[in-house]
Amino acid sequence: MFPRPIQETSRRRQLIYKVALPISLVVWLLPMIAIVATAGRSLSDLNRGNYWGIPSEWAFIDNFMAVFGSSSVGTYLLNSVIITLPSIAGALFLSTLAGAGLALYKFRGRFLILALFIAGNFVPFQILMIPVRQLTLDLGIYDTYWGVILFQIAFQTGFCTFFMRNFIADLPFELVEAARAEGVGEWKILIHIIVPLVRPALAALAVLQFTFIWNDFFWPLILIQSDELRPITLGLTVLKGQYISSFNLLAAGSLIAALPPVMMFFAMQRHFIAGLTLGASKG
Amino acid sequence: MTDIHTMPVHRPRKTGTFFRRNKLVIMPLVFIAPAFAMFSLFVIWPIIQSVGLSFVEWQGIGPKTWVGLDNYRELWGDRVFWTSLVNNIYWLVLFLLAPVMGLFIALFLNQNVFGIRLVKSLFFFPFVVSQIVVGMIFAWFYDPAFGLLATLLKPLGIGIPAILADENWATFGIIVAGLWPQTAYCMIIYLTGLNSVNPEMIEAARLDGAKGWRLLVKIVLPQLRAATFIALVVTVIGALRSFDLVAVMTSGGPYNSSNVLAYYMYDNAISRYRMGYASAIATVLFFIMNIYIVWFLMRLYKNEKGAR
Repeated sequence: MFPRPIQETSRRRQLIYKVALPISLVVWLLPMIAIVATAGRSLSDLNRGNYWGIPSEWAFIDNFMAVFGSSSVGTYLLNSVIITLPSIAGALFLSTLAGAGLALYKFRGRFLILALFIAGNFVPFQILMIPVRQLTLDLGIYDTYWGVILFQIAFQTGFCTFFMRNFIADLPFELVEAARAEGVGEWKILIHIIVPLVRPALAALAVLQFTFIWNDFFWPLILIQSDELRPITLGLTVLKGQYISSFNLLAAGSLIAALPPVMMFFAMQRHFIAGLTLGASKG
Repeated sequence: MTDIHTMPVHRPRKTGTFFRRNKLVIMPLVFIAPAFAMFSLFVIWPIIQSVGLSFVEWQGIGPKTWVGLDNYRELWGDRVFWTSLVNNIYWLVLFLLAPVMGLFIALFLNQNVFGIRLVKSLFFFPFVVSQIVVGMIFAWFYDPAFGLLATLLKPLGIGIPAILADENWATFGIIVAGLWPQTAYCMIIYLTGLNSVNPEMIEAARLDGAKGWRLLVKIVLPQLRAATFIALVVTVIGALRSFDLVAVMTSGGPYNSSNVLAYYMYDNAISRYRMGYASAIATVLFFIMNIYIVWFLMRLYKNEKGAR
């Protein structure tokens, strides 16, 4: 193990480490701690200029209630859910198929197709912006949930296909060969052999995609205009204008926006990290 | 012909080689087609269209006028374009601190003590938060009058400027905000990489008297090459993609001093309806990004050839 396990060092060093660990954590999370502390501060404290001193009262619940009561944050959250979930489902469906197609068969040009999926995923969004906006206008899905959902499905399919293809390529290929020798059709192989085996990959991708799509700001900015369709990332910029002088409410709004992906991460941590670090430990 | 027609319908009892060969050519196409169609429609074709648009003048509606290289000529003389490009270079260079800091945090946290799993998660969690939230957090953190940074530094006698309103500081203020989640990302990549470092090689090197820096540089880092590669790729892409933070923290200001190509492109398209000019900016950004994409693909191709 590197570095040397702290248990093997002197007691003094162990003590230093145990003190340094929480201190470094607090320093690292300082901006976050600041926003949490602000979200619990009452307006009267802010008006008195008491930004960082001991608060005269904790107003977490009041502030969160005020945000839900005085803004459309509930609608924004719901919109984020409506956009995120179908996008994940679509991308996972398409990429499981394509990943299997690229991993289980050898044909000319398969690396080229894979390379296109990967390369497309790395491009700057701006190179897609004007034509995609035009495309959604032509299809009549500009300023609808569908515009964002279809784009997210298409775009995220690139990364997901890369991921699924690598995962399926690592499965024992003998299973597929044995099934083929038995005369099992390719669809049945996919549904009865591959899909049960790729469940961990699907879980990892689902959690990862949830945070990517939930946190995306650019595409709803380009493809959605109506306030009642805005997801929470766009909604926050509305709140920013609305709560220009009550930062405690804006802080509470930010926390509301951040909470779903954070909860998803803590609940599904193992899967999340497996998805994110794909390839970091091999190749 | 009739043979071919019945083939997909009847499940073969005995696998004829002819059928098999066809099946193994047709099925992958069937599997890949839907994903490829969607990806082509929403990603590949728009890239080509954007490059094409960079040679026209267009307001988003109405006719397009072919102007050849005029958009690029105008870019050449556009001060804001150069400021944005230079800022993108600042982003690129300073973002490389993310893999370095991520490595050191990973080394610091790669211990087996009580509660370390929770500590690792908490270190990682800036990455899970939306960049819009990160931008707002840091804008509040930097605020010269109420911000925590100014409040903490005041007793030490250090006065700070209004970072996001200062032409010289705005870009760096945003980059620091961007480094926060990016470092967390690199940290988690290195933590995973450290898990798979060969312990025997490390013990052997220790027996030979290697320790500290030498051990890290000669034995550990070479084994972390895959992690370093991924960390570099995601960091470079992240740096060139910078948009959300700029949009929410400064909108490119003051006086375009914190603009980047991604945001300048958006600004030209959405606020000034200059679709052709915006496409030219996007094309430049795209070609810069392509250097890294090609590098990534070439390495991937080498690995693929090695694997099979």
